[in-house]
Amino acid sequence: MAHARSSQTAPLTARQAGLVACHRCGRVHTADAQKCVRCGAVLSSRDDTSLQRVWAWLAAGMVAYVPANLYPMLETTSLGKTSDSTLIGGGIELFRHGSYGIAAIVIVASVVIPIGKFMAISYLALKVARRDGASVHLRHRMYEVVDLIGRWSMIDVFVVAILSSLVQLGAAASVKPGIAALSFALSVAFTMLSAMSFDPRLIWDADKDGARDPA
Amino acid sequence: MAVTNDPGPALRQDLALADLVACPTCDTLHRMPDQRMDGRARCVRCHRVLVNPRKRALTNIVMLSATATVLMLAALSFPFLKVQSHGVEQESSVTDAILAFSHGLMIPLSLAVAALIVLLPMLRLCAIIYALAPMAFGWKPARGAIAAFRLAEALKPWAMAEVFIVGVSVALVKIAGLAQLTIGPAFWAFAALVLVTALNDNFMCRLTVWRTLEARRLPR
Repeated sequence: MAHARSSQTAPLTARQAGLVACHRCGRVHTADAQKCVRCGAVLSSRDDTSLQRVWAWLAAGMVAYVPANLYPMLETTSLGKTSDSTLIGGGIELFRHGSYGIAAIVIVASVVIPIGKFMAISYLALKVARRDGASVHLRHRMYEVVDLIGRWSMIDVFVVAILSSLVQLGAAASVKPGIAALSFALSVAFTMLSAMSFDPRLIWDADKDGARDPA
Repeated sequence: MAVTNDPGPALRQDLALADLVACPTCDTLHRMPDQRMDGRARCVRCHRVLVNPRKRALTNIVMLSATATVLMLAALSFPFLKVQSHGVEQESSVTDAILAFSHGLMIPLSLAVAALIVLLPMLRLCAIIYALAPMAFGWKPARGAIAAFRLAEALKPWAMAEVFIVGVSVALVKIAGLAQLTIGPAFWAFAALVLVTALNDNFMCRLTVWRTLEARRLPR
């Protein structure tokens, strides 16, 4: 596995070299360039509005997560009896049925990933310019994981979609989607946008040993 | 963009900058060894994969995208799942799964599900084919190829076909005790679509595609 050649022994960032790099395609430009000549992205050495957007989307995601837990995700009518199941309730029910693997998937997607994401993004955004706390490599790993697994929370929404389209068996059983499905979908989308707004270069600016100190 | 045959000093400096690449994650500068470099290169600082060019990547990406498009059409047109219980039968296509939310307040959710599992993946595949197919044939990129590839990259996180398949599997386990299940051809088409998409993304090296797009625009 080859490493791309770096001309110096200590890594030099585009900003330290007085250049500005495109965050999308890696093209390097002189500092006065406004728009990337390769992919057309608007250039900025660091995205100054990044953290504002991270916090705004994160707050929206947290707010939407509250009704997602309070209201029913599914309304099941079976033999004349109607029962509601909530986001967490669905997972617990599967666990009682003995399908531990599937229960684990549901609980991870509906509880562990969303709450883990709220905490991870807050931590990264709070600590972004600071050199204390977790190492830059660890923070970067956190960012990658958050960015990668966020979308998998949508599993729950799709489960509701499939169940309510498939289980329409007259008196035996019928399933209707609950309003929590909508707020949960919004919560997942908002937290995805929050993670996408994060400019990872901000994390690396706090690196003390990797790069030379800016002159 | 207009390019003159005699590059002025400004353009010459720009071409020199084109040999550099900054890691999109940590801003570290690297010098790209060669356009035809083979093998994976990682950022020296954050170890993110910078470039991962593969042989005949463009051709493979276009072929796999075309395959995925056909599979998506198959997934939409064949029956997806069928449940039977006490003589009542319920058949569901992928479209039915989307329309499950189409009442009152849930209409926005219905639209979102349609977008996430069908519309955005399809749009992404079409954008990839439009941006890369001419180059795979050795021609110049089509007009708007840059915008198309930008769209394809922006859509990537929102194309959730693979998440949908896991969701379906969870739903099947939930139903299994309740009724008798029959899995239709559309389910397998969707599962194959997920595999093909994963393989496709494996061939896709963002930075290499961007560099190729830029290089092929210039007159040789």
